[in-house]
Amino acid sequence: MIAEIGLAALWLAAALAVLQLVGGVLAVRGQGELASVVRTSAIAQGVLAGLSFVALLWLFIATDLSVKLVAANSHSAKPLIFKLSGAWGNHEGSMLLWVTVMALAGGLIALVERRLAEKTLLATLAAQGFVAIGFYAFILMSSNPFERLPIPAVEGNGLNPLLQDIGLAFHPPTLYFGYVGLSVAFSFAVGALVTKSVTPDFARAMRPWVLGAWVFLTLGITAGSYWAYYELGWGGWWFWDPVENASLMPWLAATALLHSVSVLAARDALRTWTIMLGVIAFSMSMLGTFLVRSGILTSVHAFAVDPERGSFILVLLSLYIGGALALFALRANSISEGERFKLTSREGALVFNNVMLSAILGIVLLGTLYPLATEAFDVRVSVGPPYFNPVGAIFTLPMLLVMAVGPLLRWRQDNLTRIRLPLVGVAVVMLATLAVVVLLGAYSLLADLGLAIAAGLAIAAFLPLRGRNLLRVPLATWGMVVAHFGIAVALFGMASESAFSEEKLAAVSIGDTTQVGPWDVKLEGVVPVAGPNWTAIEGHVIARYDGGKEVVLDPQSRNFWAPPQETNESQLATRWNGQLYAVIGNQAEDGRWQLRLWWKPFVTFIWYGGMLVALGGLLSLIGRLATDLKRRRALRRRELRSGEAVA
Amino acid sequence: MSRWRLFVPLGIFSLFVGLAAYQLSQPKDEFVESAMVGEQLPQFDLRPAFASLPGAATADFTDGNPKLLNIWASWCIPCISEAPQLERLQASGVEIVGIAIRDRPEDVARFLASYGNPYVRIGADDLSEVQLEIGSSGVPETFVIDGEGKITYQHIGDIRPGDVPVLLDKLREAGE
Repeated sequence: MIAEIGLAALWLAAALAVLQLVGGVLAVRGQGELASVVRTSAIAQGVLAGLSFVALLWLFIATDLSVKLVAANSHSAKPLIFKLSGAWGNHEGSMLLWVTVMALAGGLIALVERRLAEKTLLATLAAQGFVAIGFYAFILMSSNPFERLPIPAVEGNGLNPLLQDIGLAFHPPTLYFGYVGLSVAFSFAVGALVTKSVTPDFARAMRPWVLGAWVFLTLGITAGSYWAYYELGWGGWWFWDPVENASLMPWLAATALLHSVSVLAARDALRTWTIMLGVIAFSMSMLGTFLVRSGILTSVHAFAVDPERGSFILVLLSLYIGGALALFALRANSISEGERFKLTSREGALVFNNVMLSAILGIVLLGTLYPLATEAFDVRVSVGPPYFNPVGAIFTLPMLLVMAVGPLLRWRQDNLTRIRLPLVGVAVVMLATLAVVVLLGAYSLLADLGLAIAAGLAIAAFLPLRGRNLLRVPLATWGMVVAHFGIAVALFGMASESAFSEEKLAAVSIGDTTQVGPWDVKLEGVVPVAGPNWTAIEGHVIARYDGGKEVVLDPQSRNFWAPPQETNESQLATRWNGQLYAVIGNQAEDGRWQLRLWWKPFVTFIWYGGMLVALGGLLSLIGRLATDLKRRRALRRRELRSGEAVA
Repeated sequence: MSRWRLFVPLGIFSLFVGLAAYQLSQPKDEFVESAMVGEQLPQFDLRPAFASLPGAATADFTDGNPKLLNIWASWCIPCISEAPQLERLQASGVEIVGIAIRDRPEDVARFLASYGNPYVRIGADDLSEVQLEIGSSGVPETFVIDGEGKITYQHIGDIRPGDVPVLLDKLREAGE
């Protein structure tokens, strides 16, 4: 019964999306009969899609094995949290989550958005409905999560053991919130193209969605990177795998969009560029989904690979992105030019940032798709760090340098001599750090530069606050400061990891001690352990940092029995200045155990930085929303007062 | 901005869609075929992987008789299932040269004791260097080498009973 309710709600939601599209299009063309139903159907669609997703969660909690998806992805012995995450840890459920979040976002726009011109809003909701229809069709035609089995299964298959991890339970939904936020920005962009009204008000309406999406994407990438780092047991934190790139590309586009939308909101400049980025950011989300789901590129973590689904997503992709780009090509000329500005200005720095981010995006896109292109000519290549790292750095490093300066510049027109003191200060810090690092030892050029820029950037990030009353600094400015500081922190972590890491692969007998970096590591014993749906061998490892206090680590090599799979559960000893990373492997013939150890100084700063960046985005979002609320309240008060005056 | 430039993003996007559609319509081929088929064997000289058999070198393949070059490892499970087929090939008079990948002499000895020894020589390729040069991407893989040391055929994966006649045919062709 629950499954049927979920399915019915989904069909109804799809029907309402059609109504939303038709009503919106008619209203934009001047026939307003259905205009009043557009908002209402957007809200109802949100409620129904939400209901449908709750039904799916319910089926997973109850482990209803008559439902195919539950039987294929859950197991009665699974802990509750993983039963829940099983609902979206698969193709069908994740598509339902996607469309649900999208419908909820549409409903929210319909409920709260009051700033946009009515016509642009209706066009936006119509675009949102149009995008949603494709996803409903996809789910209902080829990926029905509520499909029943002819005969209920006796027991479920379990969830992919690699996914049975608390971090990963929240990783996909986080990214989806990000993707969907970008779909809203996309709808706004299309709505504005349709009505040809690209105004600062439009930018202010779009900005919270971009900010929110960006916060979620940042968190998603940070969490995903940490998951890959400790769960896959390879000791690395970024592999330039197609799936990782698929999550990085929307982030890069969203970062560019976030900055250009701010220019549009504050200065009414970069109109067409912002629209273009709005389209590109969502294109990148859909492209990522396509690459992951179609299996067109071989990736270590491609799941739910299916060429038929791939074709469906490709059709949606060409429809939406192709349509929006065609609309852009036809309409962009009719959008009047925005305000002009000098090169040395806040806008100028932001444009530079945008160009660099777009270049990096282009590089990642090219590297990710290149194997696809060469394969058409029967040449197989794989593009990895030797391409991405140096080529990406060519654009990243200058961008970071300008990022240190940009926030100090004034809008419209400025003079570098006005800020020469802080400029010289930051330059001195960078050069001094570079000198120290080079004297310390010869690390790679990128790591050296990274450390130097991180030091300068960390200080530069706070410079916009100088000479201001800290209590009166707007929250959005604090957000920028924190986010930029977060970039410096993350950069420091990345450069340190690359410069100072030490690795040791040792075969040790029980009782043996081995060294890695400043750590003495002793294997005390190896015991078998059992979990709810796995068994494992667990190494009992005692580590001492520099002869100090004992730290106990218990890395495991787990064997899941539902479904059968082996995973390495690495164990980490975290200090303020880095992490000891331990993985236990198989036993050799002579009874010794493989122990893989890494000492990674300051590696945690990568994720602390990521979290700071997200926190900055959040502060900024709260600041913007609070300002909006205040403005709206003031407006209403004025209306009331003028109403009284008339009376 | 001139009008046609606004169409550039659409153009690039169309290119991508075309490429992706083409790739989706292509059957996915999981095998990585060696570019070395039809070429001479690369130069190598491997130490013995097993005490009672000699190692393997390029020179061993130029005595005029076609041979099988079997790339395998004691830690490789499919290698166990192809062992009976290798023995049948040996019984038909085929000379099989083995290259053991990332292996240890005691493990090789244990494997041969358990599953039989069809080899005339086994070289030890500790870092997969020779394997990669030959263009093999996994174990087991079997190559047909003609009497002059040229690679004429590559079989990827374990040898199933049905593959034995195919390999015998290829060996005969290589000998003609």
